[in-house]
Amino acid sequence: MSETIALDPRDRGGAGTRLLDVHGLVKHFGGKGGVLTKKNDVVRAVDGVDFFIAKNETIGIVGESGCGKSTTARLVMQIIQPDAGEILFDGEEVGSPALDVRSFRRQAQMVFQDSYASLNPRLTVEDTVAFGPRVHGASAKAAMTSAHDLLHRVGLEPRRFAGRYPHEISGGQRQRVNIARALSLQPRLLILDEAVSALDKSVEAQVLNLLLDLKRDFGLTYMFITHDLHVVRFMSDRIMVMYLGKVAEVGPSDRIFDTPGHPYTAALLASMPSMDPARRTEEAPLSGDPPNPINPPSGCRFHPRCKMVAAVCSVVEPALFNAGGDHFVACHLANPASGHPGA
Amino acid sequence: MADTITFGKVTAVPIAPVRGKGYWASVITRLVHDPVAMAALAVILTIVLAAIFAPYLGLADPYRGSILRRLRPIGFTGYPFGSDELGRDMLTRLIYGGRLSLVMGVTPVLLAFFVGSTTGIVAAYIGGWVNMVVMRVIDVFFAFPSVLLAIALSGALGAGIVNSIVSLTIVFIPQIARIAEAVTTQTRNRDFVEAARISGAGTLTIIRVHVLGNVLGPIFVYATSLISVSMILSSGLSFLGLGVKPPDPEWGLMLNTLRTAIYSQPLVAALPGAMIFMTSISFNLFSDGLRTAMEVRQ
Repeated sequence: MSETIALDPRDRGGAGTRLLDVHGLVKHFGGKGGVLTKKNDVVRAVDGVDFFIAKNETIGIVGESGCGKSTTARLVMQIIQPDAGEILFDGEEVGSPALDVRSFRRQAQMVFQDSYASLNPRLTVEDTVAFGPRVHGASAKAAMTSAHDLLHRVGLEPRRFAGRYPHEISGGQRQRVNIARALSLQPRLLILDEAVSALDKSVEAQVLNLLLDLKRDFGLTYMFITHDLHVVRFMSDRIMVMYLGKVAEVGPSDRIFDTPGHPYTAALLASMPSMDPARRTEEAPLSGDPPNPINPPSGCRFHPRCKMVAAVCSVVEPALFNAGGDHFVACHLANPASGHPGA
Repeated sequence: MADTITFGKVTAVPIAPVRGKGYWASVITRLVHDPVAMAALAVILTIVLAAIFAPYLGLADPYRGSILRRLRPIGFTGYPFGSDELGRDMLTRLIYGGRLSLVMGVTPVLLAFFVGSTTGIVAAYIGGWVNMVVMRVIDVFFAFPSVLLAIALSGALGAGIVNSIVSLTIVFIPQIARIAEAVTTQTRNRDFVEAARISGAGTLTIIRVHVLGNVLGPIFVYATSLISVSMILSSGLSFLGLGVKPPDPEWGLMLNTLRTAIYSQPLVAALPGAMIFMTSISFNLFSDGLRTAMEVRQ
């Protein structure tokens, strides 16, 4: 892995520096009451998230709906402004004079879940892919040539597809166009926000394989957001599990799947449909909906649904505890000093 | 060629480059296959062309009357549509009347389309308090019924063609601005606008490339549906003496001056009304057809 990293001329910190380093990211929605609008409750969408992405790795972010996965992605992309926290890209703070938002966005791009809504229905496929380079000053001819190269690269023959409109191609083809569009600025970090979730299983597999090929060929780093655990295991080097705007557990994929440290992760894994009919899931591993992020539970946010709950859980909020290697768990069970009887 | 199946030997068929059909091309195709919209378009074109080329049609002088030949019935020799209360040829005056009536129907909508859509799009794109101030000001205009507002503005500005066009424009700006604001707000929250923003595009580029193309169509359709309203309102203003002045031919004014003949020549007196009705319903039907043609597959 380490030999391939130094290839990118934009690389500053070398292999030792993390590509993305996020500290104390917070985003609360609502709460501001104007003269004519009533005061809303605060939704704690992202509430103090720390994580990093090493160069050339794929981090998978999983969790239920509303856990803050997509908000985290949008915060990283600077689509919405964080209330607190800092985002470092290759050692430089995003938005600082050394790395303004515009040059950061040349190096980080995003693919959205809804392949149709993320394409302008009035632009042809080639115009969509050529738009980014044109904005950054490429000539019309150069932008079109690179658009055709990229379309070819994502498996869409330019002769057949370049002149088409989004409604004239299938969902899988549209998502390939979105990937080509995201790659048109030659980014180093690609955020895939549920990018394959809306596709058929067979098409999904093709697109995932395409993503693996592209990652190898262009030396990309992926932040892969999904709720599909099979997909995340297939794609990711490391996995981060989120629950109600917080990181529940983060670690290497194999560690997370083999020895999950957080009861929530264990429940998620138990809810995975098994390929083996003899190992059918008999009882629901998790009951109820996630609590309301407007008024999250005290202490550990998972404690009302947790099977291993103890007295300490509703009082003290667990911090991320190093459970060995790169494996961090935000659960009192993992920390022998926490006072949890099971620890 | 394509349906020939050869076993054992595969013949490579060259794939022709596919040129996608543009959105507007497909809209026009669908519109052409809509008989109602096409009939309405034919009526509109007939009236418009007749009005434009009126002097070359070999018609009588629209201003020359004859005191001896007043209020001739429809079909009278030399007067296919009869004559009015001053003995002027009705056919001539109906065709010439289309000139002023169409100008007064279409101009306010066109002007309001430019001003209103600019206001609405900019307000929606900036958002926040700017949008709120603009939309609240527009709400003030909505408090008045449009007929009343047009009469009040015309009355305040004084009678005349230009003044009634100005007052009708002011009536239509808020209506178009509101539609423009709604459509723009909807469009600017779609993922492709966000994607354009993260690819580093500036506000003006995003509006030009990604917003306008998706927003102008729906606003335009709404504006065409206002043409009929505008024609009726401008005729109403002329009828009340706030628009065109006699002896210029204009359908609303003609309706007014002929109203004294409603008992002696009811059919002749109704003709200007029939023209207003035909023209405005044709604009409405065409605008309906346009909307249907545009709705399929955005």
